[in-house]
Amino acid sequence: MFPSPIQNASPWMRTGYKVLLPVSLVLWLLPLIGVAITSVRPAGDLAAGNYFGMPSGFAGVENYTAVFRDSPIGLYILNSFKVTIPTVIGAVGISCLTGFALAVYRFKGNLVLFFMFVAGNFIPFQILMVPVRDLTLKLGLYDTVTGLVLFHAAFQTGFCTLFMRNFIKGLPFALIESARVEGVSEWKIFRHIVLPLMRPAIAALSVLIFTFVWNDYFWATVLVQGQHAMPVTAGLYSLNGQWVAAWHLVSAGSIIAALPPVAMFFLMQRHFIAGLTLGATKG
Amino acid sequence: MSYSATPPSRRSKNNREWLTPWLFLAPGLFMFIVYVLLPIFQSIWISFHDWDGLGEKVWIGLGNYSELLDDDSFYVSLKNNVIWLLLYLLAIPAGLAVALFLNQSVTGIRLYKSLFFFPFVISQVVVGLIFTWFYAPDFGPFSKLLEWLTGEQLAVLADERYVTYGIIIAGLWPQTAYCMILYLTGLNNINPEQVEAARMDGAKGFKLLWYVVLPQLAPATFIAMVVTVIGSLRSFDLVSIMTAGGPYGSSQVLSYFMFEQALSEYGFRMGYGAAIAVVLFLIMMVFISLFIVRMLVQERNA
Repeated sequence: MFPSPIQNASPWMRTGYKVLLPVSLVLWLLPLIGVAITSVRPAGDLAAGNYFGMPSGFAGVENYTAVFRDSPIGLYILNSFKVTIPTVIGAVGISCLTGFALAVYRFKGNLVLFFMFVAGNFIPFQILMVPVRDLTLKLGLYDTVTGLVLFHAAFQTGFCTLFMRNFIKGLPFALIESARVEGVSEWKIFRHIVLPLMRPAIAALSVLIFTFVWNDYFWATVLVQGQHAMPVTAGLYSLNGQWVAAWHLVSAGSIIAALPPVAMFFLMQRHFIAGLTLGATKG
Repeated sequence: MSYSATPPSRRSKNNREWLTPWLFLAPGLFMFIVYVLLPIFQSIWISFHDWDGLGEKVWIGLGNYSELLDDDSFYVSLKNNVIWLLLYLLAIPAGLAVALFLNQSVTGIRLYKSLFFFPFVISQVVVGLIFTWFYAPDFGPFSKLLEWLTGEQLAVLADERYVTYGIIIAGLWPQTAYCMILYLTGLNNINPEQVEAARMDGAKGFKLLWYVVLPQLAPATFIAMVVTVIGSLRSFDLVSIMTAGGPYGSSQVLSYFMFEQALSEYGFRMGYGAAIAVVLFLIMMVFISLFIVRMLVQERNA
């Protein structure tokens, strides 16, 4: 069932494939297409029961303006950026160091530490919820962007360390050895030899962590209560409660909330996929 | 270290060498211990207490756990977690199927691959909202489709019999996309000569897939298993968004049940919540240990 290259197939099959591709894509993305269309649908359509038919006109400008004007979604988006960007910088920066340590040095406990980071990445959030919320309260960071950033950066360090360590293991070790023979200090080896080679890994991880943290909903509800620090995922859900049955607004809000990670994915596609699949190729 | 008798001048340098990795590790280790490692033990400790999150903790030993054994919601959650786990695994063959379908080189195929991956990039909150709306009775397209198929009006998310399955289908959409991308990369690394050779030998169809292609995809399958199993047990967002565990708690899963007990209008029972979390943690540790053992074996072989 491993498909042979379509070029070798009969002309019928080739045409069939070319037709099937867009059809299957439309079916696959039907939910998203529905939302995109609804986000530009005039409110009157919904009142008239026209939920999924052809829109009677284009009301995209009105709907999106209404969402930004009548709801704090602009603030929520800003909060999401304020949480996500420092987290990415923090987690990726820290894990460059930990990944380097675990990949380059042989010392007792190396593997144990490595697998501790790996395992930590897989545990359920609920086992952390009560103590982390308590700690955040005690630090006076409950209901702040900083509280979210600290937790996310710490938690994502697990995945980032796994990633960075495996990446550095794949670099030619001779480079480091010869620098050591020359008497270059360990910090300079890291800073001037290894770090420049880590650029692709840094890019891949940054996109991935951006998406993970942007899309987080659980911690946004656990560590934040008020609007002033609420990320867009939790914000959108609370707006959904206010806009009962105003599906054109909910849809526009959903598109707005989904846009940054989608844009990130499209701009940095190759890095994104390299990041996700690093484990898959390296086993 | 190769030298057996270390001169004193060397020793200080050795000490520094011993210290170097720990200096690199310090910031990451500190954050990880404070926010991940210690909280696990704190949760276990709290699970032996009665605690509202503010006042004094009252030691009640295994009280929370014995209450859990008498709690019907716990068994509903557990049952739903098993359903989630089993059905979520469908994302793996589904992802493989989509990957095989897209593994061609025609114009624009890269764009197709990216667009198929879309559902994974968007937030589960958005996925949950979309599906809730599509399941809406009367006008939701999925409801219409079901009505057409079964001749019956179904309000999937309000029906105790179907609600969990309805949510899982929403979850399978992004998860299939995830597995697909893992397999697409795996397929890129397949040795085409081996496939050709197998074809010459008359292998085709399902046999070719099973004996020649799948073994080469084993690393991708492993990662897909890991992320799917973990993802299914972590399911929180969709349940919270689509039904909040309802109707009448019938779509509860452990992760949401814990949240509801510890931190919602139903009360601040931190101790009870922590006990639920510990149970979920232990279940997941079984799988995590299996994964770690496998990774360890590979590490040894490498």
